Amino acid sequence: MNITSFAPLAVVLPILGAALTFLLIRYPRAQRAVSISLLALTLLLECWLLASVWDGGTASVDLGGWAPPWGIVLVVDQFSSLMLVVSSAVSLAVLIYATGQGMADGDRDAPVSIFHPTYLILVAGVSNAFLSGDLFNLYVGFEILLTASYVLITLGGTGPRIRAGVTYVVVSVVSSVLFLIAIAMIYGATGTINMADLAIKLGDLDQGTRTLLHVMLLVAFGIKAAVFPLSFWLPDSYPTAPAPVTAVFAGLLTKVGVYAMVRTETLLFPGDALNTPLMVAALLTMVVGILGALAQSDIKRLLSFTLVSHIGYMVFGLAMSTVTGLGAAVFYVAHHITIQTSLFLVTGLIERRGGSSSMDRVAGLAKLSPVLAVLFFIPAMNLAGIPPFSGFLGKLGLLQAGVELGTPLAYALVIGGVLTSLLTLLAIARVWNRAFWRKPQDAEHPDPVLLAEPGDSLTGDRAGKSNVTLLPRTMVGSTLGLVVFGVALTVFAGPLFRVADQSAAEMLDRSSYIHAVLGEDAPVPPVPGTVQGQQPAQQGSGK
Amino acid sequence: MSVNLTLLTVMGALYACGIYLLLERSLTRVLLGLMLLTNATNLLILATGGYAGLAPIFDKSIPAENYSDPLPQALILTSIVISFAVTAFMLGIIYRTWVLARQDEIQDDAEDRRVAETPSFDAEDDSVIPVETSEFPLAMTGSPAAAAATGRAGGAGTVMSGDRPVPADRAASEEQPGSLTVDPRPEGGGK
Repeated sequence: MNITSFAPLAVVLPILGAALTFLLIRYPRAQRAVSISLLALTLLLECWLLASVWDGGTASVDLGGWAPPWGIVLVVDQFSSLMLVVSSAVSLAVLIYATGQGMADGDRDAPVSIFHPTYLILVAGVSNAFLSGDLFNLYVGFEILLTASYVLITLGGTGPRIRAGVTYVVVSVVSSVLFLIAIAMIYGATGTINMADLAIKLGDLDQGTRTLLHVMLLVAFGIKAAVFPLSFWLPDSYPTAPAPVTAVFAGLLTKVGVYAMVRTETLLFPGDALNTPLMVAALLTMVVGILGALAQSDIKRLLSFTLVSHIGYMVFGLAMSTVTGLGAAVFYVAHHITIQTSLFLVTGLIERRGGSSSMDRVAGLAKLSPVLAVLFFIPAMNLAGIPPFSGFLGKLGLLQAGVELGTPLAYALVIGGVLTSLLTLLAIARVWNRAFWRKPQDAEHPDPVLLAEPGDSLTGDRAGKSNVTLLPRTMVGSTLGLVVFGVALTVFAGPLFRVADQSAAEMLDRSSYIHAVLGEDAPVPPVPGTVQGQQPAQQGSGK
Repeated sequence: MSVNLTLLTVMGALYACGIYLLLERSLTRVLLGLMLLTNATNLLILATGGYAGLAPIFDKSIPAENYSDPLPQALILTSIVISFAVTAFMLGIIYRTWVLARQDEIQDDAEDRRVAETPSFDAEDDSVIPVETSEFPLAMTGSPAAAAATGRAGGAGTVMSGDRPVPADRAASEEQPGSLTVDPRPEGGGK
């Protein structure tokens, strides 16, 4: 009995938690205890899974005893387990943050009792998508997380949330329909939807059919991942949701799309067939996204645009389809999940302390709450890619891979990447200057909370108390935990990069995945359309 | 693989109508469009299973080719359930939109419009530093030159909020429901 046999528990435990918390809907304390402890248990299990594949290798679990390619399989390899651990750690932090917010507000702001079951179902959907070794099961995972996200994004049913929710739901459903059409076409063409089996059989199709299926999948996942021409729904719909919900969406949902793109590119359609369009899309995503961020005056919207922009980095790494590029992309995904979520959580705190998340209103927070300033500063610098943080390391890895590849388009992307990084710094510095450094009196429409004399909190009758009610310890604590986790990614970047590179090499090689699912004697087809001489170079740098 | 031409025609018609309806601005039509699209996709999945055959219950005497392919039907079942749930949810939010806004249309993102209309001139970053650097901003607001420069109506420390003037220092709270001048003490008066 191997630990990987317990991989389905990563999906089952959150669903069990959802059922329990739904039963406990009238007992908020029990609800909180159940959801937090079950999510922590899931995280432990996933850490164990990651430890079991830390040195490479792939393991698969046949669900219900049906052998692949007929039954559904869950596949655990370095990439999927790394994603599981990071996503669960982030969702646990956000859950604690949301609990703190609920306790501080007395649960009267929104029907928070429905929050816990829905949130756990979202986590289950994300885990299912990461583990799935079957295209239709991947679709089901997407649907689970999307349906949960529809509920979360319209939580409370206020006007702006409903307005944003409508756009979000329609766009998501359309992308799901596209994905389903692609699945149907793939099944029609090959007669299987098992991903390992597809990796073998898709190679036999003629070039036109392959390209069609490839593009369909990429478009469907591109909408979910918010890659440039398909990204306009994101800044429109994310900012209106409650802070913890926006945070978890920004961290996880787009990255599930990126994960699916990585699997498509490496396992199903290897080779460099669509690398050029992907690179162009990556460049446009980076540049257009960050230019959008510069125009915003609301911090949440600004962060949503940086989210879109930094998806471009991951697509860039993916589009190079070299070990170094893909490895850097894997590292970047882990880094970005953590950092983007912590920034949105801090923005939630800014909103509580400063009364608004609009840069026209917030000011002087560095003096009012130095803790908040530190909590914002570290992930912000990390996002902009200032050394020595993990953002810098990830970007450096991507740029190195780009230079290594050496095509004109790769150089264009390297330049675009540096430019985007600098513009991110500019956007973040604007937030810092306005929200933290300038005097409240200088703001266009300063919030009354800020103009209240700081003397109040130092000497008045509320001495030492004001920050407690405005910034509950649970919320600050969970944000701090996530920021520390982000710093830990920097400290342990060496081993992480090694794992990322190794997983990239395994994903590009494909034999480990196919053998784990279909047995040791399954044939591993050669990568079609590979340029001669590129293959040895990849393996050389992988070692 | 043989396919049923009638099913294919119906599927094409459903896709065409679905996409047409999806592009409408009325939410109910968008919902109808989504329903048509998902149903057309179900037909597409059914078509991938090949021609209709016997029920896939194993019998030694029947050759394998005579059975229907059961997998697409299992997929369709799942996708019907999913689209059913999403349709119910969509109906819920469409009804909520109607309750809140009394209209059945996709609404523009107000913040997006605002950002689009904001001139590229940034008052803080781009303006020339004024010669007058008075310590008393309220007096500046009161002076005719400052009132003209900032474009604020009212003058004498007031701005127009809708149809009534409010003091300039309370103008910000005016835009935010709930935090207005009701309790001038900060932080909501926790005690």
